[in-house]
Amino acid sequence: MNVADFLTQMIRIAIPYLFAATGGVVAERAGIVSLTLEGFMLSGAFGAALGTHYSGSPLVGLLSGIMCGLIFSLIHALATIRYRADQVVVGVAINLLAIGVTRFFLKLAFDSSSNSPRVPGFGGNIAAAGFDNPLLWLGLLIAPVVAFVIYRTPYGLRVRAAGDHPDAAESVGVSVKRVRYGAVAISGILAGLGGVYLALDQHQFTDQMTAGRGFIAISAVIFGRWDPIRAALACLLFAAAETLQIRLQGSHAIPSQFIEMIPYILTIIALAGVVGRAVPPAALGKAAD
Amino acid sequence: MAEEKPRMFAGVAWRERAEEALIPPLVALLVALICGDLLILSYGQSPAEVYRLLLEGTWGNAYGFGQVLYKATTLTFTGLAVSFGLRAGLFNIGAESQLAAGGFAAALAGLALPVGTPLIFALLVCIIAAGAAGGMVGAVPAYLKTRFGAHEVIVTIMLNFIVLAFLNWIVAARLHVPETLHTPEIHAGALPRVSEIFPAFHGSAANLALIVVLLVAAAVWFYLFRTSGGYSLRAVGLQPDAAEYGGISVGRVWLQALTVSGVIAGMGGINYVLGYKHYYEDGFAGGSGFLGIAVALVGRNHPVGVVIAAFFFATLSQGGLAIHAFVPKQMMDVLQGVVILAVAMSVPEVRRVLRDSRRRSVA
Amino acid sequence: MSSDLVSQAHGTGAGTLAIRMEGIDKYFGAVHANRGASLEVAPGEIHALVGENGAGKSTLMRILGGLMKPDAGRVEVNGRDVTGWSTSDAIAAGIGIVHQHFMLVPTLTVAENLVLGSEPTNKGVLDYPRAAESVRSLSTETGLAVEPGRKIADLSVGEAQRVEILKVLFRGAKILVLDEPTAVLSPPEVRELWTVLRRLRDKGDTIVLITHRLDEVVDLSDTITVMRAGKTVARIKTSETTPAEIARAMVGREVALSAGKRVAASSGTESRGNRGLEVRDLVINGSRGTRVVDGVSFTVKPGEILGIAGVEGNGQTELIEGLAGLRAIAGGQILIDAVDITRRPVSARHDEGLSHIPEDRHRRGLILEYSVADNLILGVQERFTKRTVIDGAAVLANAAEQISSFDIRPPDGALPARALSGGNQQKVVIAREMSRGFSVLLASQPTRGVDVGAIEFIHQRLLEARTAGKAILLVSAELNEVLALSDRIAVMYRGRFPVIMPAAEASEDVLGEYMIGAKKGNAA
Repeated sequence: MNVADFLTQMIRIAIPYLFAATGGVVAERAGIVSLTLEGFMLSGAFGAALGTHYSGSPLVGLLSGIMCGLIFSLIHALATIRYRADQVVVGVAINLLAIGVTRFFLKLAFDSSSNSPRVPGFGGNIAAAGFDNPLLWLGLLIAPVVAFVIYRTPYGLRVRAAGDHPDAAESVGVSVKRVRYGAVAISGILAGLGGVYLALDQHQFTDQMTAGRGFIAISAVIFGRWDPIRAALACLLFAAAETLQIRLQGSHAIPSQFIEMIPYILTIIALAGVVGRAVPPAALGKAAD
Repeated sequence: MAEEKPRMFAGVAWRERAEEALIPPLVALLVALICGDLLILSYGQSPAEVYRLLLEGTWGNAYGFGQVLYKATTLTFTGLAVSFGLRAGLFNIGAESQLAAGGFAAALAGLALPVGTPLIFALLVCIIAAGAAGGMVGAVPAYLKTRFGAHEVIVTIMLNFIVLAFLNWIVAARLHVPETLHTPEIHAGALPRVSEIFPAFHGSAANLALIVVLLVAAAVWFYLFRTSGGYSLRAVGLQPDAAEYGGISVGRVWLQALTVSGVIAGMGGINYVLGYKHYYEDGFAGGSGFLGIAVALVGRNHPVGVVIAAFFFATLSQGGLAIHAFVPKQMMDVLQGVVILAVAMSVPEVRRVLRDSRRRSVA
Repeated sequence: MSSDLVSQAHGTGAGTLAIRMEGIDKYFGAVHANRGASLEVAPGEIHALVGENGAGKSTLMRILGGLMKPDAGRVEVNGRDVTGWSTSDAIAAGIGIVHQHFMLVPTLTVAENLVLGSEPTNKGVLDYPRAAESVRSLSTETGLAVEPGRKIADLSVGEAQRVEILKVLFRGAKILVLDEPTAVLSPPEVRELWTVLRRLRDKGDTIVLITHRLDEVVDLSDTITVMRAGKTVARIKTSETTPAEIARAMVGREVALSAGKRVAASSGTESRGNRGLEVRDLVINGSRGTRVVDGVSFTVKPGEILGIAGVEGNGQTELIEGLAGLRAIAGGQILIDAVDITRRPVSARHDEGLSHIPEDRHRRGLILEYSVADNLILGVQERFTKRTVIDGAAVLANAAEQISSFDIRPPDGALPARALSGGNQQKVVIAREMSRGFSVLLASQPTRGVDVGAIEFIHQRLLEARTAGKAILLVSAELNEVLALSDRIAVMYRGRFPVIMPAAEASEDVLGEYMIGAKKGNAA
């Protein structure tokens, strides 16, 4: 097995996870449960295919994909922050809604219930093996950027305060609601970018093409203990497992289903605290006044 | 005069509860209708015409109605499962995999029994197998929650993927009929279809699992509102500190509630496996577990509400097929999401508005 | 009497007041938390705001700090009308509130907490060196030493409080409000805090100290405002008053019940062999690992009421919760009728004859969404159950009986407990706990937040139970309640009982000295 090929494939698998997981870190650090990453990604992917198809330019697709992720995240924010709806329920609803909306408009726009027509993407030079795609580089850099924002900027400090002790933040004049709106919007944009990468890399949108990637991203957030860098490493680990699974296909050494389980099993182990307990932000899931 | 006052108060108390329970679903229905209109118009069709077709294709003929009943059966199982957990304050998002595990176990039991096993006996074995499998899946988050404090939402989500992957492997690697992803047909335990009694339902998948689920709903109602176990369970869900004070073991209630929730979801597997296809097929749950969350929410965690909500969501789903020629059935997927969102958003809002206005009328 | 004191207070205000609040009204739903409350604080003084729990002190301060808006009334700071302002306005105007529950983010460092909300930046990036420098310079200025880089979660309570005070000073506070600052501090930490507060006052800052510990009030303040039931009832110069006078103003009523109390308990119960409650060397740890109950021993005999007096927060809550099975026991033994129940769960304690009127009926004592009838069987639901099914008729019959014998209003068992008034909610709890078969009763703040009529009624019931041979442990923040009902009285101070004495020998003054730690007995 060629190591360079393996790494290349792993990175390409990891990029959507990296975008979504870092977005999830921001929202969850601010206290909003991110079960919605799957829906944000899916809508981002659809938006990318739609925008690229009608403009012929992947750049327009990129923007429209980001917009779609952002719109869904704003619905999420409105429901959970303004209307104080249960964050888990809203998460489930947003995911169902994203599936429904993308299906409906897939039918409306492309008269298909399975996939969009082929759309151009970034790069595409075979020899570059995907590394001529600027989104790939952005994905690789996103975790340090998010870490910088969270740990080194005033906004990041407020995000951490809003998720751990919103009353304390409020008592010094920080608007927890505003911080949370921003954090959810960031998670929508980033997860949307994950979807954009996915759609443009595969040159089309297919129904439910995210296929649980948003949940793997949540696993990475938890397994990475709500830290952007550690979450990114978890993404790479999960992507490596997936690459291995693809490479082993047909060899029957280990059934692929068992490799699929790895991220989820690791997450449960992390939550149960067998090795160093994963402790979520204290106010995660709680509405602020 | 002092005699009459309390009666009036009790009337108010009852009305309060009814309002808080009923207004959010009605708001949601209204929002869904408006969204539906917009989607239909975006497709250049007449909303009135499409809604007429929808009703005709679901409640208007025996086949459509039978399909609605069939779909409502599974959704009632999963809705009851989710609401049972929620009554104890726990969110079971694992109904999807519990349902699949239950269906798989029912199929295994049906395959293991010899041909010609008496129906009642075979049924009991299959149903118990289904419930046990679902309960086993449900017990995992219950144990991790009480023992380690691991949040049940994340654990049940993760378990969905693990269990579904496991079932996928076991069917694909060991049990499938060649060229398919389903098991062979069961030897015993097949439930009669409704059409065997009422021929008008011919072709629809409605079967006697319908009776089973209504019995389960009645049992859940009875347990929650008539037994000391239900008293304790609801107490834990409402105010764990007060329950603890009252000598109720919160941990034990959690353990029981999530396990039983899994059992109920698992039993839902019989509708497809014993009642419809007579085999287990990979992916048969198809989102019914997740939709159970919507059913529980819209049904306000009351067994009667759950039955009604399941019927509603089943109508949406079957209605999508009825109107597909004019508007893509995917419209119904959108409306499902809209309904859940609208209910989730209006529940706290309606409670706040109602209680505020009551306060003002008192002050 | 009280209106005299208030009007007298108006005369004392000379020049522009630092704080002037007048006619403040605030509702929370049906609860009227402030009823025309007023507060006048002169610049450069330490002003104590005292009152029982629920008297409306914290609400008044939240209004001052802009955390909530008053429903009526006027707020002036340094002569400027600021009614209904926001948190950030208040901070900008130099109001700094040190909350009772620390408003510190445990996962952040001292410096991060200090600058949160007004972060120093360098080209958009958080300027950590400058934040740390702010901490250090403020530390030297005030004498509140704390390491800027440490996480709040790793600090002791005293250190965390220093950060709280630094935090408001960092924001330029000239008027400091401290809400129950000593509730969690050790004696040396309290002394240190006093030094800091005096230093701040001497440099011209105004300080409002919210507390219900009278020793602190007398120790530190220049002027005192007393609140009761949402109203301001007195404003007194500290030099012109005594703890007893303050206490009277706080409680505002004499509980005249001594008549009929001293009837000897029927001896019949003792012949049945009931030995009441025995506690030996009980140790209970608080949430921060400190010993909040520190080796307490006592007995409550059948037919006796043992009252525990003491300033709140000296371990009474933890003691009762430990006895009731709601808190882990770190050491010692609890016996009911000679049966060791130290490690038994709540339900087993019930079976041994323990009843418990909890201090917080909204959190523990009632399930607010349950009906009155259902609440009346909480804890005894198994007795109303036949083969797992609750006997609905028996529940309703029980409700009808309890409602009439405890005069619960409105007399309707179907009403959710949430809909009842505080006094009637408490009657539900008391009806339930006193109608089951019990030999030992833990009564924690049994009349808190209850109207006068209900208080008399509840006292009567406690005395009847005593006469019937029950062993009763009474905890109350109201000294005269303890004095009126108890046969013997223990004082709880910093987790210990410095004294247990017959009620006949006790008086407010005698108990008061033990309560403030001025006198140290050797009772256990």
